[in-house]
Amino acid sequence: MLLIPCPYCGERNEHEFVCGGDAERMRPPSPQDLDDAAWQDYLYNNTNAKGWVRERWWHVLGCGRWFEIERHTVAHAIRQPEGSGGSDG
Amino acid sequence: MQRYSIFSLARNALSHHRNWQRAWRSPAPKARYNAVIIGGGGHGLGTAHYLATEHGLTNIAVLEKGWIGGGNTGRNTMTVRSNFLREASVPFHEHSLDLYRQLSRELNFNTMTNERGMITFIQSSAVNRIAMQMANTMHIYGADYRVIGLDEVRRRIPIFEPAEDMRMPIHGAVYQPRASMVRHDAVAWGFARSADARGADIIQNCEVTGILREGGRVTGVETTRGVIHADKVGMAVAGHGSVVAGMAGIRLPIVTQPLQAWVSEPIKPVLDEIVVIRSYFGTYLMQSDKGEIVVGQGCDPYPSYAQRGTFPIIEDATTAMLEVFPSFRRLKLLRHWAGMLDMVYDGSPVISRTDLKGFYVDLAGSGGFKTTPAAARTFAHLIARDEPHPLAAAYELNRFSNGQLIPEGGVSANR
Repeated sequence: MLLIPCPYCGERNEHEFVCGGDAERMRPPSPQDLDDAAWQDYLYNNTNAKGWVRERWWHVLGCGRWFEIERHTVAHAIRQPEGSGGSDG
Repeated sequence: MQRYSIFSLARNALSHHRNWQRAWRSPAPKARYNAVIIGGGGHGLGTAHYLATEHGLTNIAVLEKGWIGGGNTGRNTMTVRSNFLREASVPFHEHSLDLYRQLSRELNFNTMTNERGMITFIQSSAVNRIAMQMANTMHIYGADYRVIGLDEVRRRIPIFEPAEDMRMPIHGAVYQPRASMVRHDAVAWGFARSADARGADIIQNCEVTGILREGGRVTGVETTRGVIHADKVGMAVAGHGSVVAGMAGIRLPIVTQPLQAWVSEPIKPVLDEIVVIRSYFGTYLMQSDKGEIVVGQGCDPYPSYAQRGTFPIIEDATTAMLEVFPSFRRLKLLRHWAGMLDMVYDGSPVISRTDLKGFYVDLAGSGGFKTTPAAARTFAHLIARDEPHPLAAAYELNRFSNGQLIPEGGVSANR
């Protein structure tokens, strides 16, 4: 059972959340300038890192806010990302 | 290769079973091979078997970081089936069942293939719609998949006794008679023994740490047991696709997710079929040959390499199981594990060339055990000839650039 630290509600059961994936994945600012390979990479490919990852989570069955955490994909440890109390997404 | 038969069993009994040959050698890695397969699970070992038997390629090696079959081949639920939605999927998965059916004979190794049949309950109009669509697609290819009524469900599952106040009552089911259970260790071992007998080197405790490249071509691999040169490198590493392909600078459309399963203590035979309670959480259960009730469900809904799952899945699956089989209330949980899946974006396999010439990838897409022989056979074809096998031509990575995705798998099929 993961306890996800929602910056607004505190630690809650993982059942209340949806994982929104890699926080470093950003929509390219001007997609029309990308070639097909770069656009395909943005649409489908994942870093899928083994180790610490920075992720977006959505407290869908709670306050409804989006925020970021860092999670270790092997140890399942969770920590607050540096300089972030969660973003308002 | 020492052939196994009733006569060899009798002969070896006379010497108290002390003189059996080892099933495969443990050679030191050579400096160069024609082809190297990364990953000694069912897919990798099967690829070596088909490279040797169908393409005459025997100067090959399978590199396994642990022991063969000890990764995610040893962490599945032994179930093989071919009920899929899309045109590209059905012939491929049907071929897998065909190969599984005669695998014991082909490998001279008992894979304990057992055609149990699989019953998926229909509890909602959504599941009914998908079941009908699936059945129609499968009928086009001559695959048996049919809707059955509650009478037949009761006849096939005598202990079927759903609670009367079930939240989503069961109206019927879809039934695939050919869905089977196969002994997963035996698949890995049988392929290993056959590949080894034809000259392939199976090298265990040999982790790949780098992919050697030169001018857009793969030239070999760095491993914990030294550099191994090869003209072609095939990757069949369930769960670690991004990690190994990342060594070659290749990004893949996958997320690694754990798929949990657990078994009860063994009980007497009560359940002949593989049962899927799809409408709740996609829970499935079956009884193993040893008598344990094996239970599983969908993936944990976030990326993880942990090879273990978290508790909410167990809770959901148990809830679903007890609504249909209240008599399982007294079962005790014996063991629990999780295998890691390379979940491809569209839920279908990837058996493909890459931008790096001579480097090939085999990703299961969702659970890879059911596709093992078909994936291995088509992957061997791709490696040997550098062009896809007709059955797997739709499974190349270029489908993500030309838009020909093959959405499959419980959730993604509904995207």
